[in-house]
Amino acid sequence: MTEMLLEIRDLCKHYPLGGPGLLRRRAVPVVRAVDRVSFDIAEGETLSLVGESGCGKTTLGKTIMRAHPATSGEMRYRRADGSIVDLGRLDGAALKAAHREIRMIFQDPNGSLNPRLSVRDIVGEPLRVRRIAQGAALEKRVAELLEKVGLRPEYLHRYPHAFSGGERQRIGIARALALDPRLVVADEAVSALDVSIQAQTLNLLSDLKSEFGLTFLFIAHDLSVVRHISDRVAVMYVGRMVELAKTEALFTRPRHPYTEALMSSVPIPDPRLRRARKRIRLAGEVASPINSPSGCAFHPRCPYATEICVRDVPQLRPTGGGLAACHHAETLELAGVSHIAEGAE
Amino acid sequence: MRQIPMREPDTLLEVRDLATHFFTDEGVVRAVDGASFDIPRGKTLCIVGESGSGKSVMARAVMGLTRAPGRVVGGSVLWCPDQDGQATDLATLHGNSRAYRAIRGPEIGMIFQEPMAALSPVHTIGTQLAESVRSRHAVSKRETRERGIEALARVGIPEPAARYDQYGFELSGGMRQRAMIAMALAAEPKLLIADEPTTALDVTTQAGILDLILDLQSETGMTVMFITHDLGVVAEIADSVAVMYLGRVVEHADVDTAFHAPAHPYTEALLRALPSIHAKTGERLAAIPGMVPHPFARPAGCAFHPRCHRFRPGLCETREPENVPVAPGHGARCLLLKPARKAAAE
Amino acid sequence: MSRARTDPATAEQAAASAALGAPVAPTRVHVAGQWRLMWWKFRKHRLALWSGVLVLLIYVVALFAPFVAPKDPNDYASAYLYAPPMPVEVSLRGPQGEFGLFFKSYELTATTDPLTLEKTYVINRDALVPLGFFAPTEPYSMLGLPMNRVLFGPVNYEQPFYLLGADRLGRDVYSRVIHGTRVSMTVGLVGVLISLVLGIVLGGISGYFGGFVDDAVQRTIEFLKSIPTIPLWMGLAAAIPTVWSPIAVYFMVTVILSLVGWTGLAREVRGRFMALKSEDFVTAARLDGCSEMRIVLRHMVPSFASHIIATLTLAIPTMILAETALSFLGIGLRPPVVSWGVLLQEAQNIRTIATAPWLFAPGVAVVVSVLALNFLGDGLRDAADPYA
Ligand SMILES: Nc1ncnc2c1ncn2[C@@H]1O[C@H](COP(=O)(O)OP(=O)(O)O)[C@@H](O)[C@H]1O
Ligand SMILES: Nc1ncnc2c1ncn2[C@@H]1O[C@H](COP(=O)(O)OP(=O)(O)O)[C@@H](O)[C@H]1O
Ligand code: SF4
Ligand SMILES: [Mg+2]
Ligand SMILES: [Mg+2]
Repeated sequence: MTEMLLEIRDLCKHYPLGGPGLLRRRAVPVVRAVDRVSFDIAEGETLSLVGESGCGKTTLGKTIMRAHPATSGEMRYRRADGSIVDLGRLDGAALKAAHREIRMIFQDPNGSLNPRLSVRDIVGEPLRVRRIAQGAALEKRVAELLEKVGLRPEYLHRYPHAFSGGERQRIGIARALALDPRLVVADEAVSALDVSIQAQTLNLLSDLKSEFGLTFLFIAHDLSVVRHISDRVAVMYVGRMVELAKTEALFTRPRHPYTEALMSSVPIPDPRLRRARKRIRLAGEVASPINSPSGCAFHPRCPYATEICVRDVPQLRPTGGGLAACHHAETLELAGVSHIAEGAE
Repeated sequence: MRQIPMREPDTLLEVRDLATHFFTDEGVVRAVDGASFDIPRGKTLCIVGESGSGKSVMARAVMGLTRAPGRVVGGSVLWCPDQDGQATDLATLHGNSRAYRAIRGPEIGMIFQEPMAALSPVHTIGTQLAESVRSRHAVSKRETRERGIEALARVGIPEPAARYDQYGFELSGGMRQRAMIAMALAAEPKLLIADEPTTALDVTTQAGILDLILDLQSETGMTVMFITHDLGVVAEIADSVAVMYLGRVVEHADVDTAFHAPAHPYTEALLRALPSIHAKTGERLAAIPGMVPHPFARPAGCAFHPRCHRFRPGLCETREPENVPVAPGHGARCLLLKPARKAAAE
Repeated sequence: MSRARTDPATAEQAAASAALGAPVAPTRVHVAGQWRLMWWKFRKHRLALWSGVLVLLIYVVALFAPFVAPKDPNDYASAYLYAPPMPVEVSLRGPQGEFGLFFKSYELTATTDPLTLEKTYVINRDALVPLGFFAPTEPYSMLGLPMNRVLFGPVNYEQPFYLLGADRLGRDVYSRVIHGTRVSMTVGLVGVLISLVLGIVLGGISGYFGGFVDDAVQRTIEFLKSIPTIPLWMGLAAAIPTVWSPIAVYFMVTVILSLVGWTGLAREVRGRFMALKSEDFVTAARLDGCSEMRIVLRHMVPSFASHIIATLTLAIPTMILAETALSFLGIGLRPPVVSWGVLLQEAQNIRTIATAPWLFAPGVAVVVSVLALNFLGDGLRDAADPYA
């Protein structure tokens, strides 16, 4: 059995609304963007994180990256030398060392590349500030990295504006690979790309994964993409994790009503399935993370909600091989996507 | 105003060889370069293509909203034939003319990807809805309000009376898009043009909007031109499909044919490159090689040839493909295809 | 089924060849850095481009003022009180009939109306004033260099030459406007530099650290902004002791002008810092392991340097106008300092407007330079973000 690389326990990230001011000194309401999330990532696996926008996926990714401090919780990371550190408590040199092993690919290839720096300076920055390579050695290394992600090494001196969206995302991937990372947090790395480029990028990511033995925390909202790339899938709703299971299991038999609803909303590129599909249409809107509903946050939209759902907060607990946070997880017979395919044959 | 006979009497809109070019400092961008398709009354046509293929520019040309430095430089937009089958050519009208304004809004409604850009920040939803209602019916103030609230209710907005007096920015993304649809539909248009209305939305919200458009269509019998880059959405709502690549419609077919027996290699490749929700983990995707070329560097011959898996050297890069009618109601621009009758004869 | 996958091997080959793509010849746009892109964008803005050339020219004139001006600004001549501009004639034949480009003018003689005592000047066709480039003058020093020629003036330096007429002491208005360029154009520049330092330091601190520091700086700015500008300037300027040397007064005036000017700049810098701080590329730089100093200097400052330059250019004309206004009111710079505002003080009464309109020449200089700076600033602002 492979070893755990990252163990997240009860992680919270709350944003105060407005923030303390010079003259204001009262309790401020908070946005519970990530609320008591726990999960593990094993070495070499790809764990996907899905959910509607605003459910806290990016916040979770950035908290793990320490782009901002966590409100509470533990993030135990096993370093390359086997020692275990809590990412939340690292600072200074230790944090910098950890960031050598954990890298991030950003969602927006336009916003995450500084338009004023050339590709060499963008991809080479981590190498330069860590004094790993300089001058000609740096250029050689960056050229290698560009080749690795399928860009021509001659593009070294170009600026981001000279590239298309898909190529820019490759530059972002090259930057993430520059330090030979072990864990890559990919935040919607393919969401902004067109179908043909998305396919190329997904293939590239899985090639790089097998070549370097990378571990991925893959944040996405497109379930079809997730099905292709992940070993396990975690579903989030309003800052909380509602289901976590192996990909196959999740797609054939989801345990949480929200997962079922998400799957049944995915448009499937086969017109013959249009009438054959059973659909669940969610009423209402995603709850607000500022004052989420009592009990199960999903209850106002859930077609299976009962009294207990309004009253008690369901805990994430083992259900059918995975984990689900629903009071009725064991008894509900929820539909995945496999039956749709069968219906089409 | 030019009157031209329409080929099929039950066609509401027929676009023939439409061309819109942008005359920029760096050169001419042939954003739409000879696009042709038609939409029968009461049906939904999906225009699908990767970003930059000219979908939005084409839609704006149909609406008479082409903005400088762009100009419609050729082709015709035949709109709504009368009893004798004579249609108006909108391409010959000035975008700001009275005749166009009488069509845009009351006859052709439009919704956009970014409802915030179309919703006024200083007018309430109600004020904007009222304008739409009055463009079609001369009714009293009270009745305008009633009809407006009814329109909001019909698109599934909860508490429509309260929403009527709110501003666009006070609503969530999905509700805004619903309000936009209510506005477009309050004028009871014959044609609704929807330019990527669900692209910025979550799948759950998108599913609701798509259902809404389908319901409204079966209720009112309106015609829909739906622009998207998502083939999944196409399969959900289209009756027929037009696939665009570099400013041209490369394939035009009914939805089942387009998905199950596409004629053009580009359509085939697009379908294969889609990740499938039924896939096995780790399954490789059949990516389309290369990228959409820069509009200044349009490849010679068939514009798709550098990426095409059926590329035939000596043929594809030398001749521009014409539209080949491979079956009734099914055409594609590929040099390897043979017209239906000839193929049958051989 | 049409959605069947292609053979994995061919797909892989296709993807690999696709990814590398055909080699595309690098165009100059692909490898152009931000300043080059900005220049290309700015270049398209004709008005701004020519305004830029004009502004440059004005500063060159300011730098070489003693050389450009034909006369010493303080030379006076009692025979030429309020003398009108002298005509300049151009001919292609010299005195000896040789070919070439020759300039000449004529001396003026005054006649006094016995009734009104009004002086009228007539051109004396007999007293020729030959003019020429690089005309010799009395020795003077410019920027520490000993000089004895001026750009354009009478060949015999003893002769009078009033291109834009004379003032009430018979001093050459043209030479005085040229010399005034030095003070008037640099007041704005020095004032803006002081504002820049204050604005960047305080705005940067405010935007980068946020929280309490930000609050404190912002409240200070709001306080300064709430004081009406003109009375504040007037009050401070009036407090400058009259016994101070002209240099000290000049310096105090620039400090007073920049006191208000820095707040706008600080807000601009703070706004940019705030916006950039949450940009993904700044987060990326932090994760790359950059120190705070490097994040600011390498990743943030270049993103707004161009905006700052544009803002500065637009701040200079305000300061020029403020200096002119203060000096005009007699509470800014005072004679013997020569500035456009001081010169305009001479044109303060109705009589002058009627009898010696050429005393408004410094006013024209103010309008031209302020307009040129504004057009230049607008062009720079438009070009400041070449990625838009
Ligand atoms: N800096 C912030 N301050 C306050 N609230 C924030 C901030 N960043 C994100 N949020 C809120 O946190 C929630 C989760 O956001 P995010 O993590 O971006 O979601 P996702 O990536 O799943 O779309 C949202 O409700 C968002 O409004
Ligand atoms: N205002 C404009 N100036 C120059 N080119 C434009 C302009 N608007 C659109 N284009 C070009 O037209 C092409 C098609 O754009 P568009 O119709 O928006 O594509 P999409 O299919 O994504 O909607 C693109 O190559 C784009 O660069
Ligand atoms: S014409 Fe040739 S290159 Fe073009 S799509 Fe058809 S087969 Fe491919
Ligand atoms: Mg996100
Ligand atoms: Mg578009």
